[in-house]
Order: sequence, then structure tokens, then C-alpha cells
Amino acid sequence: MATATFRIWRGEKGQGKFQDYTTEVSTGMVVLDAVHQIQAEHAGDLAVRWNCKAGKCGSCSAEINGMPKLMCMTRLNSLPLDQPVTVEPMKAFPHMRDLVTDVSWNYKVKQRIPKFQPRKPDAEDGTWRIAPEDVERVQEFRKCIECYLCQDVCHVLRDHQMHEQFIGPRFLVFAAALEMHPLDVGDRVEELRKQFGIGLCNITKCCTKVCPEGITITDNAIIPLKELVVDRYFDPLSKLFRVFSHTKA
Amino acid sequence: MAEYITHEHDVVIIGAGGAGLRAAVEASAAGARVAVITKSLLGKAHTVMAEGGVAAAMGNVDDRDSWRVHFADTMRGGQYLNNWRMAELHAKEAPDRVRELEAWGALFDRTSDGRILQRNFGGHRYPRLAHVGDRTGLEMIRTLQDHGIHLGLDVFMEYTIVKLLTHGDRIAGAFGYDRERGRFHLFRGKAVVLATGGIGRAYKITSNSWEYSGDGHALAYHAGASLVDMEFVQFHPTGMIWPPSVRGILVTEGVRGEGGVLRNRNNERFMFKDIPPLYVNQTADSEEEGWRYTQGDKNARRPPELLTRDHVARCIRTEVREGRGSPHGGVFLDIAWTKEKLPNAAEHIKKKLPSMYHQFKQLADIDITQEPMEVGPTTHYMMGGVRVNADSQMSEVPGLFAAGECAAGLHGANRLGGNSLSDLLVFGQRAGEYAAGFAKENSLGAIDTQELASAEKWALRAFEHNGSENPYGVQHKLQDTMQDLVGIVRQEQEMQQALERIRELRTASDAVGVDGNREYNSGWHTALDLYNLLTVSEIVTRAALERKESRGAHFRDDFPAKDDQAGKFNIVARKGPNGEVQLTREPIPPMREDLQRTIEEMK
Repeated sequence: MATATFRIWRGEKGQGKFQDYTTEVSTGMVVLDAVHQIQAEHAGDLAVRWNCKAGKCGSCSAEINGMPKLMCMTRLNSLPLDQPVTVEPMKAFPHMRDLVTDVSWNYKVKQRIPKFQPRKPDAEDGTWRIAPEDVERVQEFRKCIECYLCQDVCHVLRDHQMHEQFIGPRFLVFAAALEMHPLDVGDRVEELRKQFGIGLCNITKCCTKVCPEGITITDNAIIPLKELVVDRYFDPLSKLFRVFSHTKA
Repeated sequence: MAEYITHEHDVVIIGAGGAGLRAAVEASAAGARVAVITKSLLGKAHTVMAEGGVAAAMGNVDDRDSWRVHFADTMRGGQYLNNWRMAELHAKEAPDRVRELEAWGALFDRTSDGRILQRNFGGHRYPRLAHVGDRTGLEMIRTLQDHGIHLGLDVFMEYTIVKLLTHGDRIAGAFGYDRERGRFHLFRGKAVVLATGGIGRAYKITSNSWEYSGDGHALAYHAGASLVDMEFVQFHPTGMIWPPSVRGILVTEGVRGEGGVLRNRNNERFMFKDIPPLYVNQTADSEEEGWRYTQGDKNARRPPELLTRDHVARCIRTEVREGRGSPHGGVFLDIAWTKEKLPNAAEHIKKKLPSMYHQFKQLADIDITQEPMEVGPTTHYMMGGVRVNADSQMSEVPGLFAAGECAAGLHGANRLGGNSLSDLLVFGQRAGEYAAGFAKENSLGAIDTQELASAEKWALRAFEHNGSENPYGVQHKLQDTMQDLVGIVRQEQEMQQALERIRELRTASDAVGVDGNREYNSGWHTALDLYNLLTVSEIVTRAALERKESRGAHFRDDFPAKDDQAGKFNIVARKGPNGEVQLTREPIPPMREDLQRTIEEMK
């Protein structure tokens, strides 16, 4: 049986070091399988967060050979096994232990985004009619499994640590899903500009590249939101209109 | 004296999948202060894995559908062991529960006239499953989560409950630990709702995640509640089988609903060979009629691939056993063949089954629009669970409620696909409503601090053993035992052997040792989960020994026929005075006459 070496980050609260573990590998294995094997054979207390092992829950996010990925969807045959495979926790969030980070900030951010507000039901039976083509655009955003890999790779969060000023790509996608929802009548444009920091995104598209669900985060969600903000706040015609109609900016 | 942090709420909900969140929303709306305790992060529970859809007789695609048809389908699927009152409530209330999700932001696939689209599924007479491609569960949990976070729920993420606390005969709270720091917590609650899901982790090949260790089943049982129908474990016919590391991952029934067919190595549609008498009138005579059914022809009957899961799983097993299986010990599931019928089949498949396309492409290097998949049965769902009052979802322990997979009754001997997501909604809502009502009428129960001290000592004992038994090793042995000896086809001798092994593993589990400290220590958590896994494994095995017939998901090689007498009782398990499992056969109450008539009319 072939073996491979995994260089896994061990430690607590940001302190720690890489440790090498060698384990058997077989056809079709993913990184999470190797981590589980190492847990069972060598390191019973190795901390790792996981759930579905099918790319649907977004729990097992990590950095594999430096790339933000889901451990359960990263096949070993996609990695060079003649050298150690490094497995590290995500960097944009506080470290807890081994491969586990504290992602609770994301949950707090979501709570700050004004919730879904449907328009009044318009069908006789007290529900709504929505054309098939009107759900598709938002369904793309609703595929999100909240793995937070997009947050992890976003330099505004990762390098500049601007967690107070910027909600990150995940929640811009979330806001876009609400803003473009065929039933929603809420308005989040002012928050997007002022509290959610949409202007801080300079569309390098790193988030789009790492999304395991293939959501076109930058082009389909962030840029249209930026356009909403620009239309409202920076379009000279509507500015003029607001002056005369005394509406608030 | 135990060291712990105390929390006080009106309603304590254990589990944050569909049932737990729906209960939380309801209890909170009724004015209760609600705690939601979840083993994982919020929004990661097993509900995200549900693919095909939520069954509700809205009649959007076929207006012949009604709650009566749905009721009759559910009872037939459950081989009439179901709690008929639950089946009635479920069929009547599911449409409102689905529409309510839409009002909270869920975006289902649509019909051409803009209503919620419904798809065909096994055992459902008409297209009935509201869905979002093949990620319906994700849509549901996200909708409930995003709605719930604005209701002032106290959510405790990555907390595990190890013991329920009672005062006299009623519930008083729950005791557990947090993963991050390993500290203990006392949750005092006037009412407690169990919504912990299933027991799939007791088996080696399963579609379930690590969380599904039968916590709610075992917690309720040890607290004095009864469990019912525990012999009925559903093996989903189509799990992935190759490569080995993905074995067990679910392949949605939606593949068959969209026209996918099962073939053996001889290219034969073997499902046509064996059609159970209960379904002869509803099943297509020819491949051509089956295809028309999947394409919405109202005059066609469904193809045999859409028979109930118990039957399809056994047929697949027979093909494999008799040497007609696929190279890796399964059969072929083919949706690519639809290109013979549809001009844009590949695009259509990707649109209707995006995550299946993705899953096979990424994990197995298979393009399902071009070639068949290899599939085989995987442990999927627990029909058995906490015995509850149909209307209120309260167990026999006052103040202790259960909803969703960890409760029993709705599905009888076999669950229909799509009836799980609707179960979560209908009975999650009811559990939340009645738990909040119970909390209004009762005060907090007293806590016995001695009990907490001994629970803490028990929970920490693995740190005192010096690595004599490895918790992962014990778990793997249990999974092998249940898989090999109490699986899809059962017999007396093998199950007796399983009981023997479970006894040995219980001794081994008392001696497991773990390294490291209490902070996010997976080994420790695995050691603690063993207790529940062993409890439910023993009960499943004993109940399966007690039912000496074959019915629904329970198939006995030594009693291959259905026995009419055995169709008149449920098997109920309670903890005896000396800690032993006590089983009783309890007669099914006679069905209300109007419901009986409904069943007759739908035959």
C-alpha cells in the first residue's frame, strides 16, 4: 500500500507547529479521510471540524498546500504526494485548536443584515406567483454552503483584518440574494455603503476562485450591489433629483 | 461538587436541524425564552444533506393530489404500522408549512405558471415534492436559520448533551459540555425538545455524518421515555460505492424521479422483475410507460425504480448477491440514457441534479450526463424513535418532547422519500407550540446536584484510563457489527452474535482512554458518543429479534414473509428497573373510520 505524509498544524490559539504524520493512502481518498485515519491511528485528540463529508455543509474548510479548500472534496490524486501535504486552519479567523478556527464572527455579521421582507401576497390563495426565470438568479447565491473560504481568502479580512468595517464576500452574496429576491421589498443599500463596507472590495475575484459551489461572487453579486450603491449615491442625476424632492441620501 | 455553568430557559431545544429550528421558531413566536443546543455550527445539521424535496399535497402539478392521497401513500409505504393520527396531521399540514417557508424567503423551483414546482418520488402517487434542484434541505435549513436568528434565540453552537435531568417524573433540564473548552453546562428548562436526528453512525456504510449517534434516542430512553419501531432502519437504495472513501454518500432518489433507471451488469432493468402486490396497480407495465410517467404524463403509472426504498434496496442486494452486480459490488443507475429521449439532456440533468453532477465529477471522475453511476444501499434513516403523542409530540416523560427523525410514528415500517423534510416542519412546529404551552403552565423543575456530579465524573473517566482501548477502534468495531449482523437482511443467529459483540464492546467502551486535554478533543467526544451508539444498537438488535416477520425496512431471512398478526402491533422498548432493555408488543389502536375509508378508496 502506498503512503503519504501530511504536515498538519497542531496547537492552540495561534501557537503551535507543524507535525508530520505518515499514513496509508488508497484510491479515491480525500484529505479529510487522511485526517480521520491519522486521528484514529496516531493523534486521537487532533481537532478537526467536519460533518457531511460530501461538500454540502461547509464545515471542513482548511488550507491545503496553502490553498483554501474543503478537506472532504480535495482528492489526494489532485495533490503531489511525493512531498508532504500541508494542512492548516483558515487564517482570517481566530485560531482555536489544530485545524479548527473560531468562525462566530460570521454569525454575528449575518444578524446585522436586515432580514427578508416579502411584499404582500398577490395571488388569490394568499401566496405568490414567481416566474421560473426570476428565481434562477437568486438560486445561484442560495447555493452557498457557508464554508467561509471566500472570507478566508479575502485580503480585506485576511491581511487587513478589517472585520469591523467589512462584511466580506459571503455576506455580500447574502445581501445580494436578499436585494435581488423576487419577493423582497427591503432596502439594504445604505447599510451596504456605510456599515458593510462594500467600497472596500476592489474586485480581485479571489473569493470567486475559491468558492466550492462555483458561485460567481464578484461578477454576479458584488458588482451589481456596487452598482446599486453608485446609482443611489453617486449618480449626478439622481443626486439632483434628491435635492429637489428632499429625500434623504 | 460538579463545576458547571448554568443557563435557564423556558424551552431547551436539543438539535438544530430542520425539526429543532422549526420548533425554536414556533416556541419563540409563542413568547418562550428558547435555547437551541447544537453539536455543530448552526446551519450544518444533517438537513443540509436532504436532496430530493419536501412532500406536501399542494396539487400544483397534478390537481388530483390531496391530503387524503398523501395520507394513504404514507400509510401504505409504512406497511400500516404508522401512527395514523400523525400521518393524518402530516398530510393535512405539510402544504401550509411549505408555503410558510416561502414567506420566510425560501425560493423553490417553479411551475410555468409561477407556483411551487413538485416532482415525482418513490411511493408518492402524484408529483408531490417541492424542491430546489437537488439541494432542498440546504434551502430549508438556511431559510429557518436566517429567519430564526432574528427571533432572539440563544444558540449554543458546538455543545453536546450527555444527560437529561428529571425531577420526579417530569423533565428538568439537560447537562452537557462545550467542544471548544470542554466545560460543563447545566441547561434548566421547563420543557425540553429533542430534535437530534438519527442513528446512522452505528453503521459502517451510511449517508449520515458523525453527529448521528442516536443521542436523542438514548437520552430519552435513559430518562424513562419509550422508544418504538426501533427495528426499522432505512437503507437508502442508492449510495455511492466507488471509490471506497465515498462509500455511502447519498445519491438522491430525484435521479430516478427525473427518469434515471437501474440496470444490472447484463443491462437488464431488473426492477421490473419483482413488484410487490400492494403496488401492482400503481406500477408501469413497460419501460415506455415508466418514462412517460417521469415526464409528467398523467395517464402513465410510475416506473418500478420509484417503488419504496425498502423494496428497491433489497432488489439491488439480490442482483449483487446473485452475481449480476456492477464491478464494485453495486448496480448501475443511469440518467445519461435520457439523451436518447431529450435533445438537451446533459443541460437538463445539470439543471435538475446539479449537486449530483458535481459530486460524481469531483469524487469519482464520473460525468453522469455521459455514463452510468454505480450505486448500492446505504444506511440512511431511522424510522424508530421516541414514542410521542401525535398531536403534541410529548413523550411519556412530562415536558420532554421529540420531533423529526428522533421521534417515531409517522413512517411506520418504511419512510417515503420527501416525507422527512415535511415531518420536520409539521412536527417541529407542533413540538415548539406544545413545548411553549407546557412551559407556560409549569415552573422549572428542581436539579439534583449529586446527579450532576456523577454525570461529570462519568463524562471525564476516559481521561483517567491510560489508552487501554482506542475510542475510534471501538466505534469501528461497533459499525462493522451492525453493518454485518443487523443490516439490510437479518437472521436470528447473526443478531444473537451482534448482541454478544455489543456486550463486549460495552465493556471495552468503559475502558477507553483518551490523550490530551478537554479542549476540542475529538477522541474524547468519540468516547462519549459510544455510550449512545451502544444503547441504540442494542435496542435496534433486540427489537429486530422480536419482530419475527419481514415488513418494510425490516427483512428477516428466517421469516421472509409478512405476518398479519405482526402487523397489528408496534414493538416498544423501555429501560427496565435493572437497566435492561424491556420490550413489549403494543397493539396499534384501531383507525378512525373516515381514515380507513380513505385507505380503501386509494387502493
